[in-house]
Amino acid sequence: MSLNIVVLAKQVPDTRNVGKDAMKEDGTINRAALPAIFNPEDLNALEQALRIKDANPGSTVTVLTMGLPRASEVIREAIFRGADGGIVLTDRVLGGADTLATSYSLAQAVKKIGKVDIILGGRQAIDGDTAQVGPQIAEKLGMPQVTYAEEILDIKDGKVTVKRRLENGVETVKAPLPCVVTVNGSAAECRPRNAMRVMKYKHATSPSGVAALSESAKEIYARRPELHIQEWSAADVEADPEQIGMPGSPTKVKNIVNVVFTAKENLRLEDNDEAIENLVKELLANHTIG
Amino acid sequence: MANFYTDNPDLKHHLSHPLMQKIVELKERNYTDAEKFDYAPVNFEDAMDSYDKVLEIVGDICGGKIAENAEGVDHDGPKVENGRVTYAPGTQENLELCRKAGLMGMAMPRRLGGLNFPITPYIMAADIVSRADTGFENLWGLQDCAETIYEFADEDQKQRYIPRVCQGETMSMDLTEPDAGSDLQSVMLKATQKEDGTWVLNGVKRFITNGDSDIHLVLARSEEGTKDGRGLSMFIYDKRNGGVDVRRIENKMGIKGSPTCELTYKNAPAELCGQRRLGLIKYVMALMNGARLGIAAQSVGVSERAYREALAYAKDRKQFGKAIIEFPAVYEMLAVMKAKLDASRALLYETSRFVDIYKIYDDIAKERTLTPEERKEAKMYSKLADACTPLVKGMGSEYCNQNTYDCIQIHGGSGFMKDYACERIYRDARITSIYEGTTQLQVVAAIRHVTTGTYLNMIRDYEAQAVKPELQWIHDALVAMTARYEESVKTVTEANDNAYSDFMARRLVEMAGVIIMSYLLLGDATRNESFTHSAEVYAKLAQAEVTKHADFIANFKPEQIAAYKA
Repeated sequence: MSLNIVVLAKQVPDTRNVGKDAMKEDGTINRAALPAIFNPEDLNALEQALRIKDANPGSTVTVLTMGLPRASEVIREAIFRGADGGIVLTDRVLGGADTLATSYSLAQAVKKIGKVDIILGGRQAIDGDTAQVGPQIAEKLGMPQVTYAEEILDIKDGKVTVKRRLENGVETVKAPLPCVVTVNGSAAECRPRNAMRVMKYKHATSPSGVAALSESAKEIYARRPELHIQEWSAADVEADPEQIGMPGSPTKVKNIVNVVFTAKENLRLEDNDEAIENLVKELLANHTIG
Repeated sequence: MANFYTDNPDLKHHLSHPLMQKIVELKERNYTDAEKFDYAPVNFEDAMDSYDKVLEIVGDICGGKIAENAEGVDHDGPKVENGRVTYAPGTQENLELCRKAGLMGMAMPRRLGGLNFPITPYIMAADIVSRADTGFENLWGLQDCAETIYEFADEDQKQRYIPRVCQGETMSMDLTEPDAGSDLQSVMLKATQKEDGTWVLNGVKRFITNGDSDIHLVLARSEEGTKDGRGLSMFIYDKRNGGVDVRRIENKMGIKGSPTCELTYKNAPAELCGQRRLGLIKYVMALMNGARLGIAAQSVGVSERAYREALAYAKDRKQFGKAIIEFPAVYEMLAVMKAKLDASRALLYETSRFVDIYKIYDDIAKERTLTPEERKEAKMYSKLADACTPLVKGMGSEYCNQNTYDCIQIHGGSGFMKDYACERIYRDARITSIYEGTTQLQVVAAIRHVTTGTYLNMIRDYEAQAVKPELQWIHDALVAMTARYEESVKTVTEANDNAYSDFMARRLVEMAGVIIMSYLLLGDATRNESFTHSAEVYAKLAQAEVTKHADFIANFKPEQIAAYKA
């Protein structure tokens, strides 16, 4: 059975290797100081997608990403590891999107891709840590969703069986296709780049990247369509201008505070419901939670 | 996670040697493969960029999983059950990674599924793999055997076996037997030709690295009644056919992840590879030269690891109120370690370039007749490769042993404990100066290049090369060392006494070796500032070594050997 698999990937600043200039004075990320990497859990998702492809010959893995034109780098990286190709959804009007606008935009792109059997993505991105985009895309496309996936056990008879990693153990669930699966960091690591594919696809880029290629690479690029990573605009995916970018993002950043955790005082609680309820009320009152 | 290629700029320095342009142009036959294969380079820059990118994959896997798995692999080791070997879990994972990354059959031509890499970047990959896990380098590096199939088997055999190696099947070379170690002429394993013309093998092999591999190259006696090397032929045994079982695996001091097997052949079907009677005298010699270069790379990888472990510890460990690296006794040790590392690596890549050129010419000669100039050049590089291979295997492996010894020394008591990687590296290093021919046998292979003057001619060529003015003193010192070397060679050869010549052989070979390596480092330092200290430190070491050996020879009378005799 051949399947059309879409992997959602994001190019993120490498927040795991944060130096002292990682944050600007206003508390926002200094993207220039952090290398842009393939969001780690999206690599876990890619591996699951490639395993499905291995088990179902003839399947295709298409990587979809939204971001700056240079986000085609993550698609090329995915191709090095075995993906068939990908699309960069990039447009100025898509900028400043929160998770709602992002998931709307990506859902529109998925619709344009056409027949899709399964959509995989990382649980969350290391820059925002929201874990909202995958589930929201599922809602917008009217598909079932499976989160915290650790392993896709099998796909047959139009159903996918997924092992989920939960706080206190594992759970195995079945979902009808098409569906959205978000993959946990505890899933199998992504396979390495393949030497032959790296040599074959090293010049793969989107139209915006062509200018940076060497003359001989440009010549190769021109005659080999498999190196062309597609670039789609908001108009290409027929996105409603009101639902994308800043206008489509109800989330407004009011203030960013640089919080440094320090242990100031200890609080001892009695082991009973009343004490816990009081604590929750207190935390709600000072906006630590809620 | 570290990347063992990108964190080591010395590798790129050697990869970008000026001679690479010629090697790549020959290897790629002026880039004609680009029309047939979409991963073939279109020009020199493209090829170099591809090597760089592939080595980055090697560095990534090695600096990540393979290095991480090394301790577990050393602990778990392989198991044997019902005649079959199961690798340690970490080894299985490492192999799977290398397969997925497409790093098997790197030097094989594209038409057979390989990457068509010259030997030089392939050897660089071996250098990197060995730094991560020395024992694993064996399993991965046995893809070398495909080279022998490529050079000597018929087209049908190449088509059947080489693509399998490129897809990740492993290989072994079954040479050693209980009574045939260094002396392979005594191989007894019996090859019998049946009436239908096919062959079966019967007998025992011992100390076979990765002996339960998928595809074996087997040295066997095909000519009944013969006793020497001329009765031996090379065979290919395919595990799919059955007939070879692993009786036991050795419990070793080091490289524990690499299974060393005793094999029993019971009517094991096999195919003749190449011509009868040429098994040892031609094919194994070629196979061994490739394997020796592989061990040299393995040794350099170990040296690199030992140096880095020692350096990190010396910076971190504080005694008497300061980091121990600040004490002359420690920083001298580290500087000498680095100099030995850099010297053996310089010779490793010099050798691999020589091997590259003559092997590529050999391959081109299968397609067309070489021009007289090309033939001359091929012959010259073949001779240089032949001279340098035992030198780099012998001295490189000794240096890696010395470096792992010093690595533990710098760690002090902690180094003796299992808590640090250095004790494993020390154990792993020990075999490098033994297998694929002991250091003593490398001397036997190298000594004729002392007497025939190959080394001296090399030295004269290096002498003529331009040197940075501030390093002129090294050049001058080397000229003086060369004079002492010549004088020593003269003393030994003029005595016309075989036992005395054999007795002094290692000293002469080492003198040539240190002078050559010192010149190479001088060249590296002239091209690249970062080698300056190593060039200086190594020159001092070379000076002391040459003086020591020259004095020994000058003060020795041939009849004094009597005192050494058992």
